[in-house]
Amino acid sequence: MAIRIRIAAPLRPLTGGRDEIQASGASVGEVLESLETLHPGFAANIFENGQIRRFFSFYLNGEDIRFLAGLHTPVSDGDVLSIIPAIAGARPST
Amino acid sequence: MLRIPEPLLLQVLAHCEDGYPAECCGAFLGRVRDGERAVEEAHPLTNVNRERPRDRYEADPRELLALERKARENALSVVGFYHSHPDHPERPSATDTERAWPGYSYLIVSVREGRATGWRSWVLEEDPRRFVEEPITGSAA
Ligand SMILES: [Zn+2]
Repeated sequence: MAIRIRIAAPLRPLTGGRDEIQASGASVGEVLESLETLHPGFAANIFENGQIRRFFSFYLNGEDIRFLAGLHTPVSDGDVLSIIPAIAGARPST
Repeated sequence: MLRIPEPLLLQVLAHCEDGYPAECCGAFLGRVRDGERAVEEAHPLTNVNRERPRDRYEADPRELLALERKARENALSVVGFYHSHPDHPERPSATDTERAWPGYSYLIVSVREGRATGWRSWVLEEDPRRFVEEPITGSAA
């Protein structure tokens, strides 16, 4: 299954500056792992101990994969996976 | 460099003042050329941090997803973010630095007693991880 992956700015250095790439696999997890071959460092940036780092959200066709089947969510040809970095901070504590 | 037209900057300052004393945040859509981010649109984002909205912010990721889509439709991209520091200076906090991403401009607005009193823009550098101030210009490219 070939799907499109939309890449937010912080990850674009890992995709040669591209904001969208294609990848294949049966599930979201497989697709992301397959990226490591084409874009070394990509999976390492996203995963930590086999889990998605908590500072990213993944949306498959606009649905948060945490409310689907997470990394096991099956994908179909033409699906769009968006990677959204968490934007957060705090004012100084003093 | 952050290039932001004055009407958009005023819109951002007004959003931060209206939200006082809570922390407010928003996103910039625009274009990147030669490491310079040129803002064409500013959009408020909901602060979804419910426990500590006065001193923390966390942008609603669904709104951000929608903005990424809107940006793409208009051949723009999300180039940065702004947030307010109620009653604190416009310098990044340790948490800001910890949670930031490279490749974006981070505009911080200091709001004191409901008035925006200062604003500065910052870019994250890695190795070592730190924020470096970048100039802000209002003039067109
Ligand atoms: Zn802050």
